[in-house]
Amino acid sequence: MSAVIDTRKLRKVYRVGAEDVVALDGVSVRVRSGESVAVMGPSGSGKSTFMNLIGCLDQPTSGAYFLEGQDVSHLHGDKLAEVRSRKIGFVFQGFNLLSRSSAAENVELPLTYSGVPHEERRERAASALKAVGLGHRMNHLPSELSGGQQQRVAIARALVNDPAVILADEPTGNLDSHSSEEIMRLFLRLNDERGMTIVIVTHEHDIANWTARIVTFLDGHVVDDRPSAQVAAARGSA
Amino acid sequence: MTAGGLLRVAWQSLVRNPFRSLLTILGIIIGVGAVITSMAIGAGAQAAVQAQLARLGSNLIVVVPGSIITGGVQLGSGARQSLKIADAQAIQQDVPDVAYVAPQSGTNAQAVAGGNNWATSITGTTPDWLQVESYTMASGRFITQADETSGAKTAVLGATVAQNLFPSSDPVGKTVIVKNVPFLIVGVLAAKGQSGFGRDQDDQIVVPLSAMQLRLNGQNWLGVILISADSPDAVDSVVSSTEALLRLRHGLTPRQPDDFSVRNIANVQQAASATSQVQSRLLAGIAAVSLVVGGIGIMNIMLVSVTERTREIGIRMAVGARERDILLQFLVEAVLLSCVGGAIGVAAGIGAAYATAQGAGWQVLIVPASVLLSFGFAAAVGIVFGFYPARRASQLNPIEALRHE
Ligand SMILES: Nc1ncnc2c1ncn2[C@@H]1O[C@H](COP(=O)(O)OP(=O)(O)OP(=O)(O)O)[C@@H](O)[C@H]1O
Ligand SMILES: [Mg+2]
Repeated sequence: MSAVIDTRKLRKVYRVGAEDVVALDGVSVRVRSGESVAVMGPSGSGKSTFMNLIGCLDQPTSGAYFLEGQDVSHLHGDKLAEVRSRKIGFVFQGFNLLSRSSAAENVELPLTYSGVPHEERRERAASALKAVGLGHRMNHLPSELSGGQQQRVAIARALVNDPAVILADEPTGNLDSHSSEEIMRLFLRLNDERGMTIVIVTHEHDIANWTARIVTFLDGHVVDDRPSAQVAAARGSA
Repeated sequence: MTAGGLLRVAWQSLVRNPFRSLLTILGIIIGVGAVITSMAIGAGAQAAVQAQLARLGSNLIVVVPGSIITGGVQLGSGARQSLKIADAQAIQQDVPDVAYVAPQSGTNAQAVAGGNNWATSITGTTPDWLQVESYTMASGRFITQADETSGAKTAVLGATVAQNLFPSSDPVGKTVIVKNVPFLIVGVLAAKGQSGFGRDQDDQIVVPLSAMQLRLNGQNWLGVILISADSPDAVDSVVSSTEALLRLRHGLTPRQPDDFSVRNIANVQQAASATSQVQSRLLAGIAAVSLVVGGIGIMNIMLVSVTERTREIGIRMAVGARERDILLQFLVEAVLLSCVGGAIGVAAGIGAAYATAQGAGWQVLIVPASVLLSFGFAAAVGIVFGFYPARRASQLNPIEALRHE
């Protein structure tokens, strides 16, 4: 299968005052289409930095990044925004919904920036909300939804542009275990049924084990990259 | 995003904080309103003055004491008292093509008749005044040469005065007392109506010049000499002959400036419109300053808004908004603010102009150019002062914006 994400010796250095902080130090990771990957590691190990780079929110200091075969490591500004708009779906720990817009309007937002006409926007937002099980909450404001429901709206928003990959940075960090499980079930269903490529940052092994592959970061390096316990167990029992 | 979408998003964000939005655009509203109202009042006054001057006819020539054409130089009281009744008589006799000459001297006084009294202006003049000022008689007669020669205490009432002193009876034959002097009322002028600036031309009493000078104001000099030329073509020659005659009579050497000023209606019209143009420009300048101040208010609020909505900007960027999209979003918001302010200002300005017309009885004239200009200026203010905050929003780093609390 072809690589959706292919980073080569990705390096990111932040300058803080007179000091250089190396957040990522030569990270090479390939994620194939249809994979589900968990990114783990202690706090400050560079997970979010990695997600921001592969999500085209930021540019690497050095190294190369191919997204669906296209070198995007040197793009910036509006070019990068266009790549985000077409190929990336973000899900954040804090949901990051527009608080005064309804669920449907939030889901439509990415489509307004990729020039999708009004009618089609509505239809696609409605079907994305149905796909996450919120077809009956289209006109609710985020404040009228539970945390788990808000995160599902955010997932619908990430889905709606039919991206190459969904990137979720601690999507269950603000949720109780029940909602967390629901969200992971949803991710896995999208991965199974639609072949959606998914990369999820998490601190919890339970959550990570929902995915098929776990990549572990430490001090800006990838120190471990192996199939998850779930997959290992499945293989073991096979 | 489409233009409609941009407008909708901008509108939603403005109505979210209606009171703040209103306060923000107050400067624009006042600026635009002030331009339109002041221009309307100015244009109305100018139109009224011009209409009144036109009614006086193009034959009219006005001689006033002192040199006031250029202004700036303040002349002594000698210059203000330079015109005498003999000057008027000399003009009548010696200047060719002169039809009528009406020397005039005035004062303000309380007029008393029966149980009523009325504060009005008293005009002392000669019989020619009726023709020069083109009044007609409503009843009775005007003052005559015989009245003038004998210093008779006769009076002709303007229509307003007649109405106020004699609400229910004919004043002719009755007596009006001005400054303790009883005058016999011999006639009433037909009403002429308002002149420019709300002056009521019918609110005056006309008496013989001799009676005015002897009994009322005790002055032997004139306020003005009105001359009517035989025809419009003769005006220029009458003006120059009058100037030459008066210089000679006042014994002025070639190096001395005129101690009087002779102007025809065209001059007066020009002077009047020049004055109102200067006033208009001054008002427009003040209004422009208030619009700029309004623009600074918009910039201030837009900067606050960008800071408040940093996270929103981050979200929009994360889902694919380009710099241009964010820039446009905030720019449209600023321009919408200023345009709404401009529109309310236009309505308020027109409303205030009509209210002034009603309340003060002034003629007002809405100047379309002032509406377009001030509205356009308001929109431009929105663009100029909205650009910096919008640009700042568009330059935000998406990661930092998303982390913003
Ligand atoms: N904008 C920045 N400026 C300076 N240093 C930064 C910046 N962003 C991240 N860093 C540093 O880079 C390193 C990696 O940070 P990152 O946010 O990627 O960690 P993380 O693995 O996501 O941690 P956590 O699990 O706490 O979210 C840290 O040492 C952090 O201090
Ligand atoms: Mg992180």
